[in-house]
Amino acid sequence: MSTSKPLSELAKTVRSKNAGVDRITFDIIFRDRENYELVKDSGVLTRESVAKLYRIDQSRITDFVTYDPAFAIKFTILRTRPSGSAGDADIFGAQQYAPLLGVMVPVA
Amino acid sequence: MSSNPGPTLRFLCPNGHLGFAPLKVESFDIGVATRPDFILADSGSDDIGPVPLGTDTSTAPKEWQRHDLEKMLLAARKLGVPMIIGSAGDTGTNSRVDMYVQMIRDIAAQHGLAPFKLGYFYSEVNKADLRARMVGGERVTGLDGRGDLTLEELDATDRIVAVAGVHPYIELLNRGAQVIIGGRSSDAVIFAAPAIRAGYPQDLSYYLGKVLECASFNAEPYAGKESVIGEISHEDVKVTAMHPGQRCTVASVAGHAMYERSNPFYEYVAGGMLDMTDCHYEQYDERTTRVTGAKFVPTDKVRVKLEGSGKVGERYMGFAGVRDPYTIARIDEVIGWARRQVEERFGTPEEGDYELHYQVYGRDAVMGELEPLRDQPGHELGIMVFGVAPTAEMAEEVALTGTRQMFYARLPDVKGTAGGVAFPLDEVTRVSPAYRWTLNHTVAVDDPLELFDLHMTEVTSGEPVAAGGAR
Repeated sequence: MSTSKPLSELAKTVRSKNAGVDRITFDIIFRDRENYELVKDSGVLTRESVAKLYRIDQSRITDFVTYDPAFAIKFTILRTRPSGSAGDADIFGAQQYAPLLGVMVPVA
Repeated sequence: MSSNPGPTLRFLCPNGHLGFAPLKVESFDIGVATRPDFILADSGSDDIGPVPLGTDTSTAPKEWQRHDLEKMLLAARKLGVPMIIGSAGDTGTNSRVDMYVQMIRDIAAQHGLAPFKLGYFYSEVNKADLRARMVGGERVTGLDGRGDLTLEELDATDRIVAVAGVHPYIELLNRGAQVIIGGRSSDAVIFAAPAIRAGYPQDLSYYLGKVLECASFNAEPYAGKESVIGEISHEDVKVTAMHPGQRCTVASVAGHAMYERSNPFYEYVAGGMLDMTDCHYEQYDERTTRVTGAKFVPTDKVRVKLEGSGKVGERYMGFAGVRDPYTIARIDEVIGWARRQVEERFGTPEEGDYELHYQVYGRDAVMGELEPLRDQPGHELGIMVFGVAPTAEMAEEVALTGTRQMFYARLPDVKGTAGGVAFPLDEVTRVSPAYRWTLNHTVAVDDPLELFDLHMTEVTSGEPVAAGGAR
């Protein structure tokens, strides 16, 4: 029987933060290789899937990398306007990661 | 640690973005007791948005900045080692450098410190100079998908800082500086400069800077503002947490490479790029991680990053709450009604040269168009309204109309006909002017020092200058 778990249960850290004034970067970091590779190999986190999750065009995703030394999956999106412009409610880009927490990952 | 054989240098970093919150004293004192060779911290960030650069202010209270400078200066002078601060006062503008220089003088006077040499440099770029370069055919190239800088966009800019590489720091150290207050700089170069000057490989020196610039953010468990020490040899960099409860682990140190960067492999500075693709991390002792394999790739031509902020207008803020589920379901109609009332008075935003922003907390304020749940608002909404206009009077009227007219929104079947929203305040409030990042660009230079204005002075404990220091 196949089951699944939310990313929030599998990852140690899920965060977002400015990467310069025009981009927000997202880090999903795992405590161990096992969970990292489980999620990496599951295919639930890809350029396509995060673009869909955030309802943006894939062209706004500037980087999508897996980073073995830190057991991390990382992607970066372009802002529609620079941080701190009037109307921007998240100057640091620090609260954009929430939708990732509930991404379901098939386990076993 | 300090008994390590072979030629090494040890760098104590107590804080990343000094001033944003005060350093923690206990781990700093532990670090100082190990007799580091340098005490250094970055004090700047472009995370804080364009307003501080535009208005030439700091986000930090002077007391916090002074607290950290005092701890660092007293320790550095007692040990007789250099103290280096980069990106003074958040933005690294000239006024922030002057303010820190004055704080250093005041602290020295207050404590009767023996005379020492203070080096400092300015990073602000004169608009006329940049214009002359552009008119002369020099391209000011956009970063992160931006186009080249136009003269029109330059005109819309109020203040520009150039982001220094290692060059002004090395030059000031060569001139004998024992304390350096830097204008805007790349975080990593503050640490890399003295290591390179001492003859260590650029590969390891830049990596040292990269790993130390945010202090204890490279350690675990998560705790900011605690001290860490980086030790460089000709073969490796070792990084050690000073807080007794923190450790620099392979995961925490490797993880830091990707913090607030688009990509964990590359770090760009004036003069080149640090390539961390082949970095190798190993746990050296319980609280220390050893790193090898970083590579610095110099560029033929030095390109210096420029940050610029331009004023958009004066800004007022209003607030309203909503509880009626019928109104919540039609909140865009309510906002639309209020927008139309502003348009009746001032025309469209384009015609009237104003901005009117609504942030609907409880629905999608935080994430805006990225919010997957924007069709599932909560049972109660908070609506923040911002009016931006060329004059304060107009901005106030835009914000006030945009806020108060939600009260009068004409929804066809609303039961509550005595007012459509709840006001915690009758008025709107003046907040910081609106600015925007106009420059996130680079410009090529022949001499990596040409955009920076270097100064040397002697600090002697004369009469204390009035607290508050220079503007």
